[in-house]
Amino acid sequence: MEALNQYTALLKKEFLLETRQQHTLYGVMLYIASTVFVIYLTIDSPDADTWNSLFWITQLFICINAVAKSFLQEARGRMLYYYSITSPVVFILSKLSYNVLLMLAMNLVNLLLYSAFMGNPTESFLQFLFIGLLGSMGLGLVFTMLAAIASKAMQQASLMAILGFPLIIPQLLLLVRLSKTAFSEVFRDGVPQQLVLLLVSLDILIVFLAVILYPFLWKD
Amino acid sequence: MPVEQNKGSFNALQYIHAMRLTWWKITAIVLLAYAVIGGLLLPVPELSQLGETIRNLYYHVCMWFAMMILFTISIAQSIKYLRTGLIEHDIKASSYAGVGTYLGLLGYATGAIWASFTWADPNNPAFASFGSIMREPKLIGAAIALLIYGAYFILRSSITDMDQRARVSAVYNIFAYAMLFPSIWIIPRLLPSLHPGQEGNPALNFNDIDARMRMVFYPAVIGWAFLGIWIATLKIRHKILLEQKWFAHEK
Repeated sequence: MEALNQYTALLKKEFLLETRQQHTLYGVMLYIASTVFVIYLTIDSPDADTWNSLFWITQLFICINAVAKSFLQEARGRMLYYYSITSPVVFILSKLSYNVLLMLAMNLVNLLLYSAFMGNPTESFLQFLFIGLLGSMGLGLVFTMLAAIASKAMQQASLMAILGFPLIIPQLLLLVRLSKTAFSEVFRDGVPQQLVLLLVSLDILIVFLAVILYPFLWKD
Repeated sequence: MPVEQNKGSFNALQYIHAMRLTWWKITAIVLLAYAVIGGLLLPVPELSQLGETIRNLYYHVCMWFAMMILFTISIAQSIKYLRTGLIEHDIKASSYAGVGTYLGLLGYATGAIWASFTWADPNNPAFASFGSIMREPKLIGAAIALLIYGAYFILRSSITDMDQRARVSAVYNIFAYAMLFPSIWIIPRLLPSLHPGQEGNPALNFNDIDARMRMVFYPAVIGWAFLGIWIATLKIRHKILLEQKWFAHEK
């Protein structure tokens, strides 16, 4: 019960910080807007496959930028304070959930801008929305853990990308493949469900690993 | 006994003792001698596409096996480090990972030679074939493994504090390895492949390899893995000596 209280308090703190320091959130949104605008200027009316892969690559870079700050903004002193009031498992769970929520919101912004600038080649928009939310959740989870690792080293932001790219390849391939269901590509029966199941189980694996491994990073 | 007595005559037992050859190092020497001589001379199945390049199986595939064995030892050492906090385990983890990465690069090199005889388009220069060859699921899996360990070494070099470095890199090592296994399993099922062993992982299936080749292949795997471990133990001893020297200097 106490852990639950701590969890909600930490999550509330993240939202409070976001409303107090609005420049970080607007910074990420501006990043999305300018990325999409540059893509829009360099390629006019991409076909469905190109649209799909560009969307996911944009989403990947947004994720790195949005999630990186979650550990970068925690100063050493504040980490010491958390250390004295809560447990590492509660702390990493609150970070994971906040970043997942943030990524879901950013996914919607990104999708909105993509549709506005480059049209919407999807056959079933709802399906693509669902896949997008699922994928953003996975990206958010992986990069939260990597941000925690990179925050202990120098040159954190670039290190995060180096650490993360090899790990995210399988998930990205799965997502690009799965997204094609929304572009009227015909799959064998049960294959999309299998891919969704695979993605969900990967997410569970990541949460599991984070809970086991974060306590070791926590100590300074 | 003094060494002078044996001048001129070769005493194998004493030689083995002087080189600190334990049973597994002798096994490595014997098996690798067998893998090189037997691998080049023993009969192999005649396949028109592969010809004599089929013998590369004893070297190319063994590199990947040995690499995975060394990476697995590295993970075990990382887990041991997190449990005990002894810096010795961190030195072991990084040394095994280093030798494993080297074997992975050799795996790519032997694979590239093999592919240039079997896959590459003879009318195209090698460079033009590269893009289509690199899309192979097995090559992607191997590339992910090597990128992970490249990142692992960059992470290590960007942390100056010794205990912090050991702890953070152990966490990344375990996290990355746990993510690597699903990807090795997933990617081959998403992409088409020319590489042998389409359903699942190559060479683990008993029926994939001709019986005559198994006679050389399995000993070769063990031999290369032992050789890798041998090199890693030498690196570990060297690093531990350096640490000791450094600490003595500090005092």
